[in-house]
Amino acid sequence: MTSPVESYVQQDYKYGFVTDIEADTVPRGLNEDTIRLISAKKQEPAFLLEWRLAAYRRWLAMTEPHWPNVQYPPIDYQDIIYYSAPKQVKPLGSLDEVDPELLATYEKLGISLSEQKRLSGVAVDAIFDSVSVATTFREKLAESGVIFCSFSDAVKDHPELVKKYLGSVVPAGDNFFAALNAAVFTDGSFVYIPKGVTCPMELSTYFRINAADTGQFERTLIVAEAGATVSYLEGCTAPKRDTNQLHAAVVELVALEGATIKYSTVQNWYAGDSEGKGGIYNFVTKRGKCAGARSRITWTQVETGSSITWKYPSVILQGDDSIGEFYSVAVVNNRQQADTGTKMIHVGRNTKSTIISKGISAGRGQNSYRGLVKMLPKAVGARNYTQCDSMLIGNACGAHTFPYIDVQHPSASVEHEASTSKIGEDQIFYCKQRGLDTEDAISMIVNGFCKDVFQNLPMEFAVEAQKLLGISLEGSVG
Amino acid sequence: MTATAPRATEPGWLAALRREGAARFEALRFPTTRDEDWRFTDLAPVAKANLGAARAAGPLTEADLTPYLFGHAEWPRLVFANGRFQAELSRLTGLPAAARVEPLADLLADAPELVEETLGQLAVQPASAALVAQNAAGFTDGYAIVLPAGAVVDTPIHVLFVSDANAVLGTTLPRNVVVLGANAVASVVESYLSLADGVALTNTVTEASLGEGARFDHCKVQREGAEAFHLATFDARQERDSYLNSFSFAEGAAISRTNIYTTLAGPGAHATLYGLYLGEGRQQVDHQTRIEHAAPDCTSWEVYKGILDGHSHGVFNGKVYVHPEAQKTDGKQTNKNLLLSETAKVDTKPQLEIFADDVKCTHGATVGSLDAVPLFYLRSRGIPEDEARTLLTYAFAADVLEEIRSRPVVDHLEDLMRAWLAKAGRRGRAAAGRESA
Repeated sequence: MTSPVESYVQQDYKYGFVTDIEADTVPRGLNEDTIRLISAKKQEPAFLLEWRLAAYRRWLAMTEPHWPNVQYPPIDYQDIIYYSAPKQVKPLGSLDEVDPELLATYEKLGISLSEQKRLSGVAVDAIFDSVSVATTFREKLAESGVIFCSFSDAVKDHPELVKKYLGSVVPAGDNFFAALNAAVFTDGSFVYIPKGVTCPMELSTYFRINAADTGQFERTLIVAEAGATVSYLEGCTAPKRDTNQLHAAVVELVALEGATIKYSTVQNWYAGDSEGKGGIYNFVTKRGKCAGARSRITWTQVETGSSITWKYPSVILQGDDSIGEFYSVAVVNNRQQADTGTKMIHVGRNTKSTIISKGISAGRGQNSYRGLVKMLPKAVGARNYTQCDSMLIGNACGAHTFPYIDVQHPSASVEHEASTSKIGEDQIFYCKQRGLDTEDAISMIVNGFCKDVFQNLPMEFAVEAQKLLGISLEGSVG
Repeated sequence: MTATAPRATEPGWLAALRREGAARFEALRFPTTRDEDWRFTDLAPVAKANLGAARAAGPLTEADLTPYLFGHAEWPRLVFANGRFQAELSRLTGLPAAARVEPLADLLADAPELVEETLGQLAVQPASAALVAQNAAGFTDGYAIVLPAGAVVDTPIHVLFVSDANAVLGTTLPRNVVVLGANAVASVVESYLSLADGVALTNTVTEASLGEGARFDHCKVQREGAEAFHLATFDARQERDSYLNSFSFAEGAAISRTNIYTTLAGPGAHATLYGLYLGEGRQQVDHQTRIEHAAPDCTSWEVYKGILDGHSHGVFNGKVYVHPEAQKTDGKQTNKNLLLSETAKVDTKPQLEIFADDVKCTHGATVGSLDAVPLFYLRSRGIPEDEARTLLTYAFAADVLEEIRSRPVVDHLEDLMRAWLAKAGRRGRAAAGRESA
């Protein structure tokens, strides 16, 4: 007997279309000339080029790490196109000048820029392949002193800020992929919230990989000055292609005294087909630094896409009384693999961190939670609470938990709990008996399982996340 | 640098095992911290000490052992000094006729086929490969327990591994084998003791095969000297409905690492793993456990507790691995640590690796210091702070000791625990005195 849960239908990845836009790309491969070319195309100041080249030289001496619980064929770094931009002749003055094809793409993705501009009050920076295409609401934000622009613009308009904070949280030589990113990053978002300002709206970036064989290496830098508050959302999609594409981004957050940064991600890169062909390798370094006292950084992520996800959004709790939070839902289906989690490094006194991680494995997916909670000798009174729960759907998938707990002060307290379970037939039976069909029952149970995390997402994202979760699990539940 | 050469009369399979072990250890050497399984425990001091084989022990008397004995006088007892069997101090009476409880060397000389399927066959985890290889290459003796189906040895068998001054700057490699037939029952207490201070290495390996419905209680008491290195690997294989109850108590040695592994190979097998580790000074106390659920309907339950004082470093690394066919697994793993000083340190890594969907697995880990509220409560009832601390620390650890089935063993470990706490209290007061002065 097939269990009732088995009859969910497989739905295609609906963001899998390709937009036919002329692109300006650099030749395949990576060497110092590629980096000089990228830097020249972007008219960067000398310090940035030097920084890139130094990172590249560090990268050459590094070897690709293989410790995560994921398997993939070797990546040929010389077979990647490191720069691809929609062709454009002159700088854009307003949204109306953006290529209509491009706008149509965003329309399809459900983030109509023009719509957004009028209605939703969410400022969007959209990144298409490697460059930032449009940033909405820029002027309105400027009124309150908030800088929200593409990384390239920030380099041009605010080089002193970029110079001060770039690499301050994730140094160029931090790890293999961070070094690669530092060498070749093409664009990204830049946010600066001045002292005491609460950003008047949610900021958002939409990433899209369009061109074939390109890698996307964007870099996001968010700086919240003392007492500032910002909520930032990030979404990602890519077309369906049967080759793997590399996405190696770096995100750096800096929260000064009393500042709050909330960073939410809905990651739905193309995950490959049901046999695991194609899809994005999402190898990302995300790290925040609670540099000032009483600052707070919250990472919320919903990971449904990518053929391989490998990232650990982390917080360095340096300021006394600072708070780090990590809420995550990671879903793997078919042959997806995820090795994700967080690192909470407690440096300051009375620092607190909370980790809630929900892993859902279906099909032949492999889901690993890997986390580090470290209490350094000065972290007097530091506290951590970790809960990581896994749900298994079907018997060909796997769920793994690898928490590392390292405590060096007796007044620090760490609690870690983890559980693994499955959707019970009895739960489904109960829902059906109350008149829900199987699909809705499963969706409800899964959403209930993830509730703690969804609650921490901004409203629009929470809705999107719930829908995504439903789509990701279709056809797999059994 | 392995211990005494094996004797010439050994069967071919054993000679092969030794040859492979020697080659393997030559290739692997002692693990380094680059190895994920050894990340937190650095064996460099052990490798650097480059210890040869331990020399035979000097004359030992019953009086030398008295402080370490407990339980009832009629308990069977095997004594090994520097790895060599001490017949005059051992007592093997009151055992069922069909039971074989004797030094492994005797058994190998007489009926090696009884342990052929167990010796060298169970301890195969990669994390312990180097240790097991070194042991295989050079072991001389240890205990062997072979019980036929239905045999019951209901008193604990106390095995003492003693090292004296002649073991200093030497390596002792005890090797133990337990083969329990269907529904057989046995209980062992393994004590590791140093009668003299000094750098010495003990690398012990115990393999236990539990037949259908068998029950094995294994209690390991590690009280080696302050400069000693202690490495231990216990690996069991459990058939249908068998039950393993393991306890590891560790308070000695400069560097100790205890591996406790079991494979639940038959449906309905059950394992309970308990441990208590106490660290002070600059001690390094490391435990690694691995419970492999390889069959459906098995249950495992694990609780390890640690109390760390001084500059000691406690490590716990526990893994529950659930194979795809191990449906209806129920596994629970807990590790709790108490830090008594500002300089003590804990690394804990409880892990679940699950490949079956119909399972119930949880793990939890905590690290912290004594809760201020109960401390206040006790003081408000007139109990001085020192005593209140000792009482709460004792309470923290005592429940796990209760899991040992034999009461005399529990009592003995409770005494050791109290003595350790009294020492810790004196250290604490001395430190407080220095601060206020």
